[in-house]
Amino acid sequence: MAEYKWPDAEKRQYIGKRISRIDGPDKVSGRAKYSYDINRPGMLFGKILRSPHAHAKVVSIDTSVAEKMPGVKTVKVINGPGYELQWAGQEIVALAAETESQAEDAVRAIKVQYEKLPHFVNEADRSKAPESYLRKPNENATGDVSKGFAEADVTVEGFYGNDVITHCCLEAHGLVTEWADDKNVLIHPSTQSVSPIGPELARALEMPASSVRVKMDHIGGGFGSKFPIDIWGIEMTKASKQAGGKPIKYFLDRDAELAVAGTRPSLYAKVKVAAKKDGTITAWESDAWGSGGMGNINGPLPYVFSRIPNTKTKHQTVATNVGPQRAWRAPNHPQLALVTMSAMEDLAAKLNMDPLDFFLKNIELTGARAVTYKDELMKAAEMIDWKKTWRPRGEGGLGSTKTVKRGLGLSIHTWQGGPHNSDCDIIINPDGTAEIRIGTQDLGVGVRTVLNIVVAETFGIPLDWVKVSIGDNRYPVSGGSGGSTTTGGISSSSRRGSVDALNLLFEKVAPTLGTAADKLEAVGGKIQVIGDPTKSMPWKQACAKIGVQPLVARGKHPGQGTLASAGVGGCQMADVSVDIETGIVKMNKFVAVQDCGLVMDLKTAESQVFGAMIMGVTYALYEEKIMDDHSGRMLNGNMEFYKLAGLRDIGEFKVHMMTGPGYDERGPIGLGEPPTNSPGAAISNAVANAIGVRVPTIPLTPDRVLAALSQAGAKKEGRG
Amino acid sequence: MSKSDERPDQPGNDPAVSRRSFLKGSGLALSIPLLAGETVEAKAAAEPAVPILGPNKVDITLTINGKPVKASVEPRVTLLDCLRNDLDTTGAKRVCDRGTCGACTMQMDGKPVYSCTVLAIEAQGHKITTVESLAVGDKLHPVQQAFWDNDAQQCGFCTPGFVMACKSLLDKHPTPNDEQMRLGLGGNLCRCGTYQGIKAAVAQASAGVKAMKGGKRNG
Ligand code: FES
Ligand code: FES
Repeated sequence: MAEYKWPDAEKRQYIGKRISRIDGPDKVSGRAKYSYDINRPGMLFGKILRSPHAHAKVVSIDTSVAEKMPGVKTVKVINGPGYELQWAGQEIVALAAETESQAEDAVRAIKVQYEKLPHFVNEADRSKAPESYLRKPNENATGDVSKGFAEADVTVEGFYGNDVITHCCLEAHGLVTEWADDKNVLIHPSTQSVSPIGPELARALEMPASSVRVKMDHIGGGFGSKFPIDIWGIEMTKASKQAGGKPIKYFLDRDAELAVAGTRPSLYAKVKVAAKKDGTITAWESDAWGSGGMGNINGPLPYVFSRIPNTKTKHQTVATNVGPQRAWRAPNHPQLALVTMSAMEDLAAKLNMDPLDFFLKNIELTGARAVTYKDELMKAAEMIDWKKTWRPRGEGGLGSTKTVKRGLGLSIHTWQGGPHNSDCDIIINPDGTAEIRIGTQDLGVGVRTVLNIVVAETFGIPLDWVKVSIGDNRYPVSGGSGGSTTTGGISSSSRRGSVDALNLLFEKVAPTLGTAADKLEAVGGKIQVIGDPTKSMPWKQACAKIGVQPLVARGKHPGQGTLASAGVGGCQMADVSVDIETGIVKMNKFVAVQDCGLVMDLKTAESQVFGAMIMGVTYALYEEKIMDDHSGRMLNGNMEFYKLAGLRDIGEFKVHMMTGPGYDERGPIGLGEPPTNSPGAAISNAVANAIGVRVPTIPLTPDRVLAALSQAGAKKEGRG
Repeated sequence: MSKSDERPDQPGNDPAVSRRSFLKGSGLALSIPLLAGETVEAKAAAEPAVPILGPNKVDITLTINGKPVKASVEPRVTLLDCLRNDLDTTGAKRVCDRGTCGACTMQMDGKPVYSCTVLAIEAQGHKITTVESLAVGDKLHPVQQAFWDNDAQQCGFCTPGFVMACKSLLDKHPTPNDEQMRLGLGGNLCRCGTYQGIKAAVAQASAGVKAMKGGKRNG
């Protein structure tokens, strides 16, 4: 039985190095075809009429005019008279026409009568929710919380919140769908779930799973929102059938993308937390709520500091008439981090302690990863020059002026990210080229590159001798890309498959080299007797021994050996300036220290952390799904007012990956989510440190910063 | 977030579809006083008649990457949609479709434009350069090479637009300072957060331009 492990550090040729992503040239040249770029002969354009009301009953629909309009090929009611719509943007009628503008015209010609019903779209003020929208709270307790508070010298009470944000994938949700014949469907979806999405569509269409072919080369963002086939995928596939199997392209328009294609739920919490004079935390109590759309969310509080001895927590889901929530990069963690780390920093401020010292003092409360956190905090502090720059809350950090205040903030976070199930085929061709086929997808994190690295590393050959084939549901089944499970799963399966394929090759070569297969190794483009380069054969020559038929080995995860594991920590520190006259927050510097087990490609790994930090700045300072109480609609369903950070909004960013002994032997662990968790908390803490008061909810928009300042001012003057 | 004041030199002063000829064509009151007592009527008389286009499809010829290409589009179709849907030139992406995100950036007569805000019919007679023209075979343009080397892409959906914006920036300011970079690239958005890589790519590409210039001087 082969031994499945990662090569030792000194033997690694590619793993952990800075490798440029292999699909880079396609992406920078515009040659990369996203599903949105697929044009098929005779293709129609789909459009969907969506509900203008947040809560309403469909009374009647008249599509007769639309049906007769030029170019219109199919019109189909999705939710007909009697249907109760639950959010603005919900689907009512699907149609397809020869050109996009014809389809738009036809949508406008449909007449629908609605009976409006009362709606509720803003849950931050829970007291305004109708009784029926409040779900039964979950309550938990450990230790004796009254005793914990009684033992404390200092207690703080605060309110913290995160508003709903959307995914805003730049490639909207959608697909190109067509009937290859009357029994078989071919789809090009934009999905993070290539293997599972075909069976899902087949189930909805009541067809055998084998009749749906899925192909996707590139995806323009997903962040957790692109797993399901979605109602539009199903309806447009049905519409294609009605249109004689013609291909239909349907991608959400930007307003629909922002309104219905996924949100990150809100979380608000009233927190009470207490400590002794020396900083030892004794008790935590929280009453939290948030929107789950019409669904439900839950999450552990306190976050990371999970071993606080006495805790009492309550969480309540508040339903809203807003499009459904979806997983948003590290579901719940950014929200939980904000609530917890803000409360911790407030407590440190009241204790007159440097929060860095306070975190270190209580680091054991983080449990098994305490040592990692400690190392990471120390490293980050050094990178941002914490001890030199930090000043007690409200004093204004180094370099503050009368109107611009500087502050530092920190946060720590975690994520599991264990590997998902994954199968792949490793093929060695007689000409020495190799291929990996795997039903996975590259969300932009460098999956192709990681696979390339693993196979080339195992075979000891140049990267470009390996072809990476992904994005097709005819390839062996691998999991959807969610929860940072992909890199672990695919690295693990591709390593096992490569080791097995190599062993098959060794069998073929061993007689010529006059030795046994288990005495061979592959290094530097050669197969050689272990440690003896004089008894060797070039890789290509060795492959010629295969015969005419390629060698194939199936790699699997899970399988023998421990190639991947789970669980990481991370730490981030933000340095901000706040203009107290305008309320504008500016990032000066932002540092992240992150572990992810064995780093496969240092370049793309760092990119992911940078990306998470930038996305973090965006949700901490700008992003917000603004719902109108009156109409129940999203007010900023466009990219002018659904704001994302631009190039000038980031300051100096630094990333440090924890690698080497203690990290590498854990094998690769996914990195997509963890670094997204801390930014909101770290930036919010930095702002509190700068201006001396907590801005309770993120995004920290200028109006909120000014409101927090004026409220604090009013309190000081005895008006509040 | 930011809109650039150097960005889209949007057309509008094209005589074929000027506001004045629009007014004339629309049959609006012909003696609206204009600046300095001038009237539409007086001015219009001096201009050649402009045909009214649409609402049906019209045949157009565009000059894309140096080659004339024909298409038949409704007058309301944007340059971006014409390229993507009618000519299968899909490097430029449609994201916001209203001049905010920069994913559709192309060059028109050498200047960057948001092609979602240009009508296809308006683009006639102008030189359109798309991202597809930059790489020659396997040889990437220095800007593209810099994007690749510095991993200035993740999902890559915003990348073609950024590459075009960056090329336009360097065409104008071969070694841009921070402010020029902010203005030149501030009109493009990336959801995956690749700005760190993009900044590094600009630095590399601009150093390349400098080296090339130096090379010329010396050679
Ligand atoms: S699609 Fe043109 S600027 Fe966004
Ligand atoms: S790389 Fe994904 S949007 Fe920029």
